[in-house]
Amino acid sequence: MNKKILFIEDESALQKTFGEVLSQEGYEMISALDGEIGLRLAKEKKPDLILLDLILPKVNGFDVLKQLKEDKETKSIPVVVLTNLEGMRDINKVIELGATTYLVKANYSLGEVVEKIKKTLGQ
Amino acid sequence: MKLREILSQFNIFAQCKKYGLSLWQCPQFLFFVMGIIIVASTLAAYLIGSRYVEDPQIVALMVIVVTAILFIIAVIITRSFERLAEANRLKSEFVSVVSHQLRSPLSNLRWALELIMSGRLGKIEEKQLEYFKILKENSNRMRELVSDLLTVSRIETAKLPLEKEECQLEEITQNIIKEFEPFAEASNVEIILKPQKKLPKVSIDTSQIKLVIENLLDNAIRYIKETGRVEIKLEKQDRSLYFEIKDSGVGIPRGDQRYIFQKFFRSENIMRYQTQGSGLGLYITRAIIEKLGGKIGFKSQEGIGSTFWFTLPIKKQDELKIHRSSK
Repeated sequence: MNKKILFIEDESALQKTFGEVLSQEGYEMISALDGEIGLRLAKEKKPDLILLDLILPKVNGFDVLKQLKEDKETKSIPVVVLTNLEGMRDINKVIELGATTYLVKANYSLGEVVEKIKKTLGQ
Repeated sequence: MKLREILSQFNIFAQCKKYGLSLWQCPQFLFFVMGIIIVASTLAAYLIGSRYVEDPQIVALMVIVVTAILFIIAVIITRSFERLAEANRLKSEFVSVVSHQLRSPLSNLRWALELIMSGRLGKIEEKQLEYFKILKENSNRMRELVSDLLTVSRIETAKLPLEKEECQLEEITQNIIKEFEPFAEASNVEIILKPQKKLPKVSIDTSQIKLVIENLLDNAIRYIKETGRVEIKLEKQDRSLYFEIKDSGVGIPRGDQRYIFQKFFRSENIMRYQTQGSGLGLYITRAIIEKLGGKIGFKSQEGIGSTFWFTLPIKKQDELKIHRSSK
């Protein structure tokens, strides 16, 4: 069965781009356009990996991460943070909250992000 | 030209207009008014004092009134300086917000483009690929510009964080040279590193010192016409570590040299060879070196080349260590 990736990101353009690449790489991508939907889908669909933006409508990425890590059901899902925030304080906070990887969008190419996802999934 | 520059400093109205301030908010104008009041009140005090010299109370009252007027004007001037500083801070914040806002659409653009160019959506014709490459190069240029603008706004709002750790500058330099080798080869430039033996460690922010060396090396290679060489020296000098980078490039014209560390400044002769570049690199470089407690400078001759150098302070402990190990 294909591995499932939940992408919590409010930019629909990015959802579309990643949807295409990830499906071609053989993953099933589930998209959530805000933090609230993201949290709900994380519980319902039990993805193998969550790709999370930090600036999100309704529930922001920091709170989404916190709630994911507090919930027994979603605690063990690896979370890759993909954002444009690059302050040391934000990075430290996210790592402390339990994110697996922190990627600053401006510093990575699409291919590199996909490689990081594969690596996190142990592939 | 110089005389005109000096004279323009005295044109109060033009100066105030330059800052977009009304006359009563403009320090230059207020200083001028203050000067007139000081002269006038001194004259008035003299005239009144000489007439009513037998009545010291009136003289004392005069002094009090003049002091009060001067005090009020001083307060107004201070306020106007505060307004200027506030305007400057707001501008830096504005740049920061705009740069952040630009980052998201730029990522979308870059990644969508990468997806098309990868051929995953279908085959691309040779001719189309040429133009996609132009789009890619230019979106990367925009990304670099936005990143530079963010660094500048951080410098100006004093929010540039420093994460200092003990590092070997030689090692960092070697790694950067390795990264730059393909670019140097393509530009027919040879890079030579000449480090002194047993260099002490320095306490620096690695990511920021990398930015400094990358900026200097990028400039050195970029502004070499046809073929040439770049020589990097690392030495211990007194209580500091000295880094020097010498190129055989186009050099900086004499008249441009005093502006070289200014924001957005680009020398006239390099604009002829290189249209790329934001004019922010050296401004950022200097700000980082100064924040790390070092000094930076250069000498350059048009047509012969430039030598940029910077120093970084060495901790006393490290000096001792070196002494002991060399004995």
